[in-house]
Amino acid sequence: MLEFRFHGRGGQGSVTSAELLAVTAISDNKFAQAFPSFGPERRGAPVQAFARISDTPIRNRSKVYRPNVVLVLDYSLVSMVNVTSGLAEDGLLVVSTANSEEQVRRETKWNGRLAMVDGIRIAMTHIKRPINNTVMLGSLIKATGCVNMNQMEEAVKERFGKIAAVNLNALKEAFETVTISEGVKHG
Amino acid sequence: MGKRKGVESSIALADSAAMCRIEAISAYPITPQTHIVEHLSEWVNDGHLDAEFVPVESEHSAISAAMGMSAVGARTFTATSSQGLALMHEILFIVPAMRLPIVMAVANRSLSGPISIWNDHSDIMAERDIGWVQIFAENGQECFDLIPACFRISEDKRVHLPSILNFDGFVVSHMIEPIEYWTQEQFDAYLPPFDPQIKLDVRKPSAMGVVGIPEIYYEARRMQQEVLMQSKPVVLEAFAELEKTVGRKYNLVETYKADDADVLLFIVGSLAETAMTAVDNLRAQGKKVGLVRPRLWRPFPTQELLAAFGNVPVVGVCDRAMAFGMEHHPMAQEIRTLFYDAPNRPQICEFMIGLGGRDVTIGDMENILNRLLDVKNGAPVGPVDYVGVRK
Repeated sequence: MLEFRFHGRGGQGSVTSAELLAVTAISDNKFAQAFPSFGPERRGAPVQAFARISDTPIRNRSKVYRPNVVLVLDYSLVSMVNVTSGLAEDGLLVVSTANSEEQVRRETKWNGRLAMVDGIRIAMTHIKRPINNTVMLGSLIKATGCVNMNQMEEAVKERFGKIAAVNLNALKEAFETVTISEGVKHG
Repeated sequence: MGKRKGVESSIALADSAAMCRIEAISAYPITPQTHIVEHLSEWVNDGHLDAEFVPVESEHSAISAAMGMSAVGARTFTATSSQGLALMHEILFIVPAMRLPIVMAVANRSLSGPISIWNDHSDIMAERDIGWVQIFAENGQECFDLIPACFRISEDKRVHLPSILNFDGFVVSHMIEPIEYWTQEQFDAYLPPFDPQIKLDVRKPSAMGVVGIPEIYYEARRMQQEVLMQSKPVVLEAFAELEKTVGRKYNLVETYKADDADVLLFIVGSLAETAMTAVDNLRAQGKKVGLVRPRLWRPFPTQELLAAFGNVPVVGVCDRAMAFGMEHHPMAQEIRTLFYDAPNRPQICEFMIGLGGRDVTIGDMENILNRLLDVKNGAPVGPVDYVGVRK
């Protein structure tokens, strides 16, 4: 089972990211869950969302405490929230940032596997709004292959309707431009 | 097995209600139930469902309007949660007394105060004795499957009583999970059109909901109890027919690895899934633990529960609501009552879990199961264990 935690701000698409991930995995005949950190939704406030993907039915209704992957949609959260809390040593941190790897590693204190994507630039180029959920998913798929890219494209088309095309462009550019650094190897 | 799709449980539940060809909906939005009635309003607004959608100003009106529509013979659905269910309270008793087969989905949530929108079973435990058929769904698939079952049970001529489908707010209602939809043909084959035994009809005037003078009231209440207690065979038939239709088997009481268990935990709702994983983990260590999970809650499945527990010497009971001023909380009271007449009463350990949305982990459930094994090995039962509470 793979467990995912998304950090973003309300309105930025963290919950949608988790949902698209689960929907794609399920359409690929896997088992999956996606859920928000339950509570009142406030635009701009730090929010979390969670997802799980498994080959067998998932029997767990608790939050994700030991994620295999953490995705940070808004880099400003790094100084506010311990984004790597519980992240397995052999896990993956996916960050939307234009900063250098050195700066990201210093500020996140993360020396494991790291994927960095210039998410806001890509979102502004294609979607014209700083909503980088599909960007994060493109980066995630490149780094892990946890779901099928073609299935994700189908899920994006179904979810976004009229704005599907620009989101598909963002998804693909992120897939192509994300930089992945292995970091310090464990075990 | 058909194709599963990833969908929010609330949306699937609403789709299921729509595919039951409901004719009347009255509802008021309340978290975490809101997505159900929102989605049904889309079905109606988009012209895909020929139903009367009555938006009302409160839940008191929602259930009252539902009664009116059910009374004229419309297949009627509503949904609510928490304070909304509490606001319906005085009307809830009248619905079964008037034998109106309304189906209501309740996304179980805490009651204020302090103000809380999160999941527990405070809302429904306060409505235990309202005289409705009550069923608990553990996950999104069960929400989808059991709505048509509720209509089938409620509208059966031998029952003609309303049903509540309980499911956990947020942890089920807001979860995207894999759900296999039935086809419309399967719905239509499973659920015949509503053919009410009694209805308001201007061509055949009658009165419903009249006064029960002392010479009548007592018998009316007694009859209502008999009808509800005798509805169990109809529930069994509805579940059997469901299995024939879509291949999923539902029982009045479900068990998990209970047959050879040294201790059994009684747990209701979606946290039973978390508990199943805990059982698997402890079984891997050679510990014989298991679960008993009621699906039907009213009428209370006494014989089925006794059969499920067998002669197990230690039983744990998980409660998700408080019975203030009493040493035993609602589910523990029911299980203690269940065993009073049993020849071999087990030791009963009581646990409060997940109050007001407090997260319950697999580790919490493992601790509870290990505690039951300790009691089997001679540890004292002790008072209610408020799992995870800060002192």
